[in-house]
Amino acid sequence: MSEDKPTQRVDEPAQSPEPAPSGDATASGAARSSRPDEHDRSDNHAGDKAKSPGETTQDVSNESVTAARVDQLMPSDATELEVVDVRQGMFGIHGSGDTSGYGGLTRPVVLRSPSTRPYGGWFDEVADRFETVLHEHGTGEAIEKVVVDRGEITFLIRRAHIRTVAQLLRDDAALRFEVCSGVSGVHYPHETGRELHALYHLLSMTHNRRIRLEVAVPDADPHLPSVVGVYPTADWHERETYDFFGLVFDDHPALTRIEMPDDWPGHPQRKDYPLGGIPVEYKGATIAPPDQRRSYT
Amino acid sequence: MTTTHDEATDPYAESSQTTSGPVYTVTGQDWDSVAGGEEGRAERIVVNMGPQHPSTHGVLRLILEVDGETVTEARCGIGYLHTGIEKNMEFRTWTQGVTFCTRMDYIAPFYNEYVYVAGVEKLLGITDQVPEKAQVMRVLLMELNRVASHLVAIATGGMELGALTVMTCGFRDRELILDVFELITGLRMNHGFIRPGGVAQDLPPGALDKVTETVKLLRKRLPEYAALCNANPIFKGRLQEVGYLDLAGCLSLGITGPALRATGYDWDLRKKQPYCGYEDYDFDVVTWDRPDSYGRFRVRQDEMRQSLRIVEQAAARLAGLDGAPVMIEDKKIAWPAQLAVSADGQGNSLEHIKHIMGESMEALIHHFKLVTEGFRVPAGQAYTSVESPRGELSCHVVSDGGTRPYRAHFRDPSFVNLQGTSVMSEGGMIADVVVAIASIDPVMGGVDR
Repeated sequence: MSEDKPTQRVDEPAQSPEPAPSGDATASGAARSSRPDEHDRSDNHAGDKAKSPGETTQDVSNESVTAARVDQLMPSDATELEVVDVRQGMFGIHGSGDTSGYGGLTRPVVLRSPSTRPYGGWFDEVADRFETVLHEHGTGEAIEKVVVDRGEITFLIRRAHIRTVAQLLRDDAALRFEVCSGVSGVHYPHETGRELHALYHLLSMTHNRRIRLEVAVPDADPHLPSVVGVYPTADWHERETYDFFGLVFDDHPALTRIEMPDDWPGHPQRKDYPLGGIPVEYKGATIAPPDQRRSYT
Repeated sequence: MTTTHDEATDPYAESSQTTSGPVYTVTGQDWDSVAGGEEGRAERIVVNMGPQHPSTHGVLRLILEVDGETVTEARCGIGYLHTGIEKNMEFRTWTQGVTFCTRMDYIAPFYNEYVYVAGVEKLLGITDQVPEKAQVMRVLLMELNRVASHLVAIATGGMELGALTVMTCGFRDRELILDVFELITGLRMNHGFIRPGGVAQDLPPGALDKVTETVKLLRKRLPEYAALCNANPIFKGRLQEVGYLDLAGCLSLGITGPALRATGYDWDLRKKQPYCGYEDYDFDVVTWDRPDSYGRFRVRQDEMRQSLRIVEQAAARLAGLDGAPVMIEDKKIAWPAQLAVSADGQGNSLEHIKHIMGESMEALIHHFKLVTEGFRVPAGQAYTSVESPRGELSCHVVSDGGTRPYRAHFRDPSFVNLQGTSVMSEGGMIADVVVAIASIDPVMGGVDR
């Protein structure tokens, strides 16, 4: 994923001279003047010495295709599409010239946006009950959004409420998520202000259902309440997440490193932590360590 | 050697003054001198067991606080086998990830492979497109693997009790299954055989005969374990009422697998949340009525028989699927390389080499791009769970739309079940700690990943 804010780059298709497809929320808003040199991605065209005007047009039309694709990818029940990255070229290479002629190709990478009702199946039943219980408890604002994707439901929870939410989900008879299957972390360095995510995979054996809770916290203040008091099994999971991501679970009984040695510096699973490794020499040739080899994304 | 407060005498057996009194590091042979010097004082003895110890089931470190022979506090130290598998997977293609995760729980590699591949397939949205034969082969391999894994659990558990015959028998029979794996996948362990979209290779000639023959032999041999152990008074004396953990304890600690089923709860993901076509097989979920080490042993024993039933059904289905595809039709995902056994026992298929090198340049480009670059997986996250021999094995995979996993996290049952060590062994004897841990059968490769 790129470090810059990709959402702004998707706005570029708005410069296309062609009318935006109807209902295209992304493209219809902006109306900036079109400057041809904006589209000049000469770094992607190492093989092309001189760019003909026709090629510039091709670039522009590619971008309008991008806009159209965003439109197509948007599910009917989605309010907006979360664009997490924009890919360029065909082969996902970086740092060397793309001589293939596909350098101008751009494709958005989209995440499933917040879903709207109905979610389908038992998801509505759980969500209804969950919201009712939260309101009864005076924490109606705990849910940030709900995402239904690939047959799984994810509730994004505001971090202050995660422990309360876990308690309610466990104790309410109609919800009864009595087992916390696991806690895992993910580091999204490009999501400014919400870089570190903690994910709780809950299982209800009573109702045979699984849901996921997601909490996002900023890297600068990586604190969130521990759920060990509700799910004792989260003890080692939270220690592991702390160890690998530096997420600090407040009120954890003993938040120490678990996999890495106690005096280890850094949190290895973060994206800014290098994989490490040394070049390997084999039969006279040197092979770079895995994170420094030519790779495709 | 004497333990004195002169720290210069031996850096490995020094003593130090802490807020809670003097701490002695005992290295053996010097116990008398330490105990002699401390007579009359309130004793608080912490015994470090492992990480290199034959009875801790791998590189597990136990920190036991003991009062005489009674354990008053038990803690686990893990991480000695941490190899950064999850981190490494972020730097390889989706297909190469299988090669890494198969090495986690090395006693049950097919489960690691399947749970990860199932996650990738869920992200790709191709779960329904995986060919039937591939699914049946996966079930066949997984269930044979369950038998092999339970045999190791019983074998090493027996060895830790001093019952070496159980150990030799268990490893003897596991070897039969590893021979089948070697015939089908080419390797005894760390197969990397289950791939996104199917399996790496079709069944070799004679594989089903070998499976049938092995199942027949195992059906004859499994009752030997029952005859040797089930009513053995020493065996029962060591196992019964040891490592007791009831249903509430299991659920709050997230403990699954044989330990959960020994409480009498028939929680088995193969039945409750079927995957890989398990709903098409006829088998029973084994439970027991006493949640102790003996109950877990009996659950494992009976589960092996149920697994053999599934293997027989899978083998019968495979007999009717001769020549059917084992890899998804979508050529943008299907692994293009084909293997064949050559004179040195390994190698690429000459047919395939001839095709890409001599006949079709497009096939060569396709092969090259898919093998070096890999396929892209739509952005999103998925969570898949399977019933591994040790309990619920889950995989959380996150994609950013690229050719490599953005994050792959495994919820390994050994990792979770080990948290039960303290509740199962505190208040018991030191010797029972070994039995309690053996009864949940942790595999440290899976715990530490």
